[in-house]
Amino acid sequence: MEQQVLVILPHPDDEAFGVSGTLAKLLHNGAKVTYACLTLGEMGRNMGIPPFASRVTLPAIRKKELEASCRAIGIQDLRILGFHDKMIEFEDQDALNASIDALLQELRPSLVITFYPGYSVHPDHDACGAAVIRSVGKLPRNERPVVHCVAFSKNCEEELGKPDVTVDVKDFLKQKMESMQAHKSQFQAAELLGRKKLNDQEIRRRFGTEGYWTYKFES
Amino acid sequence: MQSIEPSRIQLMIDQFVNQDLYIHLEMTTGAYAAHLDSSKHPAANFITNAVIRYSHGGISGSGPYRVGLKMDRGWIYAEGLTHYEESESDRLIMAGHDNEGKLVVALQLSREPF
Repeated sequence: MEQQVLVILPHPDDEAFGVSGTLAKLLHNGAKVTYACLTLGEMGRNMGIPPFASRVTLPAIRKKELEASCRAIGIQDLRILGFHDKMIEFEDQDALNASIDALLQELRPSLVITFYPGYSVHPDHDACGAAVIRSVGKLPRNERPVVHCVAFSKNCEEELGKPDVTVDVKDFLKQKMESMQAHKSQFQAAELLGRKKLNDQEIRRRFGTEGYWTYKFES
Repeated sequence: MQSIEPSRIQLMIDQFVNQDLYIHLEMTTGAYAAHLDSSKHPAANFITNAVIRYSHGGISGSGPYRVGLKMDRGWIYAEGLTHYEESESDRLIMAGHDNEGKLVVALQLSREPF
């Protein structure tokens, strides 16, 4: 059983689709979960329909949505690291790694969840995953937590194979759907569920499992 | 945000003439453009808190709207603006949203940094 889990993702809502069911399950099984969110997603394009957010109000709105999503999942330890959305790949890498190193030192997690660098579509996702891999890779082998990566680029299964970890989250779909719905400015119903309303069976099929690739460190 | 009322925007543009202003100017297709449709070419740019000053400017079109601001040595231009923040009286916050509500373009002016 995992004791302490550290989730590091760049944007509020990155937790919702890919990992919220897994996190609810880990919490249910007694793990502590810390979610470090690198930015406030302040450069997001979705402003609600009709738009209720602007470039100026978006960061505060998304912070509240992130907190609501964490409450839905059951996460009590949310860290907002304050980096600028879209700029993770240009950030001072030492500063980025220092903040991740500090979390690893403080929490000594047994499991870290992040994006798979190079297979996660958004430049912030890839840069976040790369920074986490650098920080974990610097630890002595016997002190390294297991790293589970989310990937969703078109070529990810072609190059990485199928995810080696599959988590059945069907018992935690309530938390997962509430996490997604917490991000009101970001997920419109049409994007979330398609044009028609999904029934319970369809929701279970579409959202009932979450897959990860365990990162294999070279040395 | 509210649909742009050109007369209100023009008043605010006039109110900011010949002053040092902080600008946020942005255009984006979104980082997922090519992931969702491989024929798309993802592109984006933004500049935040550069200081500019213009001698005159205007809003035109019948919606979506265009804004042009004339500076001593050049121009600022944005096309595709649809919405503005009606609750802001000291800052001009404008954006253009596509038919899915996603931000495509933004032009913001303020006497204080964003």
